[in-house]
Amino acid sequence: MPADSSGASTVKRHPLDVRVAHWVAAVSFILLGLSGLGLFTPGLFFLTALFGGGETARWLHPWLGLALALSYLVLFIRFIGSCLWAQEDTTWMSHLSDAMSGREEKLPEIGKFNPGQKLYFWGMALLIVVLLVTGVVIWQAYFSTLTTIETQRMAVLIHSIAAVLAILGFIVHIHMVTWEPGTLRAMINGTVTGGWAWKHHRKWLRQVTGTKH
Amino acid sequence: MASRAMNVVRTSATSTANAQVTFHDEVVKLIDVSKCIGCKACQTACLEWNDQVLDIGEFTGSYQVPSDLTPSMFTLMRFNEWENPKTGELEWLIRKDGCMHCADPGCLAACPAPGAIVQYDNGIVDFVAENCIGCGYCVKGCPFNIPRISAEPAKAHKCTLCSDRVAVGEGPACAKACPTEAIVFGTKPDMLKHAAGRLTDLKSRGFDNAGLYNPDGVSGTHVMYVLPHADQPELYSDLPRDPRISPWVRTWKGATKTYTSLAAMAVFVVGAFVHHVGTGANRVSSEDEEKGRRVIEGRD
Ligand code: HEM
Ligand code: SF4
Repeated sequence: MPADSSGASTVKRHPLDVRVAHWVAAVSFILLGLSGLGLFTPGLFFLTALFGGGETARWLHPWLGLALALSYLVLFIRFIGSCLWAQEDTTWMSHLSDAMSGREEKLPEIGKFNPGQKLYFWGMALLIVVLLVTGVVIWQAYFSTLTTIETQRMAVLIHSIAAVLAILGFIVHIHMVTWEPGTLRAMINGTVTGGWAWKHHRKWLRQVTGTKH
Repeated sequence: MASRAMNVVRTSATSTANAQVTFHDEVVKLIDVSKCIGCKACQTACLEWNDQVLDIGEFTGSYQVPSDLTPSMFTLMRFNEWENPKTGELEWLIRKDGCMHCADPGCLAACPAPGAIVQYDNGIVDFVAENCIGCGYCVKGCPFNIPRISAEPAKAHKCTLCSDRVAVGEGPACAKACPTEAIVFGTKPDMLKHAAGRLTDLKSRGFDNAGLYNPDGVSGTHVMYVLPHADQPELYSDLPRDPRISPWVRTWKGATKTYTSLAAMAVFVVGAFVHHVGTGANRVSSEDEEKGRRVIEGRD
């Protein structure tokens, strides 16, 4: 049986391609947020200094957007099967306050991803599509003649609102990683402990170990 | 760099500089469309003074050359042939397009880069290349479709109203070059007086709808047109009837959107922190580990 250095049993959770795609997405998202917010309001323009100035931040941002979109596409393909809504998810959602308080004994056994993660998955997928489409429309260097200026005005407003929504989701996402210790390693070496899987994703643990319940 | 010979009253992406705009010795460039013969001396003078060179373009079957404003062509004679239904006569409507130097400039409102767009106390709106990041937001802000972004380096360009000449007491190059005095330049009261005289003349010659184009939607402009058909500004190559900063731009740049967004992000960060501290981390116990191990070993 696989075990880690502390002696806890381990379960494989994410293969290498998923982890690489996830880190490309994570890093590009953070840089997108910082460069985008630099243009969002004058009070945050100083953020562009992180990139060596406003010109570089402006130039880099859409390319990072493409990196995000591509890496998320990989994640989308690899995760969609595990992110379809399951029956127990509805029960889980109706016990959201228990979930948020860590009273998992009151929750149904959950598959690879819990409903919160699934909503984040679908929400981000939608927002990234919106950000990609509106981002291309307002990409001055290459696509400024593709659409009318009026369309670009709508696109930049939608882009900035979608960006804020995505950042709000991202804050919750990061928060959950720190709130549930033992989660981050799933994206580093690709494994979690048996206890973590038992506590948070018991149905998935039973599936991957082939044990019935 | 912004001119030191004129006082800046408004600066892009900067809240501190003079929220209350007070213009001193406002200047106006008055373009009398009825006097223009379409010679394009103004266009040439503009290229000359601003040290710009046009790429060889393509002939599109019109006197309008180049076919649109470009990052080097800050002003453009737009040609339109119109058959006046009342008189049955063909009228050649020529409008000198370029920055209108709005009192309420959409470009300046949209620009994210501090100091890339300034408005001087004489009303001139100027782009400051060294602060410009080439994002093209000014294009979205402008109700007249004026700014053009160059490729390398990516910078916004438009008519400066010859701010460098005006700063030393000269008029703009185009006005100086115009052989018919269709372009005149001076203080706002003088130009309004001049325009009134022109309108009296036009009306006496049967142009009942002649008028001054100085649209209120952008709080007035510092480039104005005398139009023989002021009731139909669209005739002059789509001069907008009621230009104003688009509601999309107002919302995008508005305080409501900005502060709601910043507040939401702050609430989420604080909320996450409070949740973490309040409930404590959701840790895996050794009991969980034991149960997990039993499942993995196939004993449960
Ligand atoms: C998915 C592909 C994306 C593309 C192609 C894209 C493209 C763009 C472009 C072209 C701009 C205009 C400024 C510039 O030229 O750099 C922009 C602005 C911005 N982007 Fe993106 N972007 C993408 C994703 C994102 C993401 C994921 C975020 C948030 C984390 C984001 C946040 C922003 C913000 C806040 C702005 C400023 C909007 C404003 O001025 O109000 N973008 N983006
Ligand atoms: S391109 Fe226009 S909006 Fe963008 S920084 Fe330059 S002047 Fe400002």
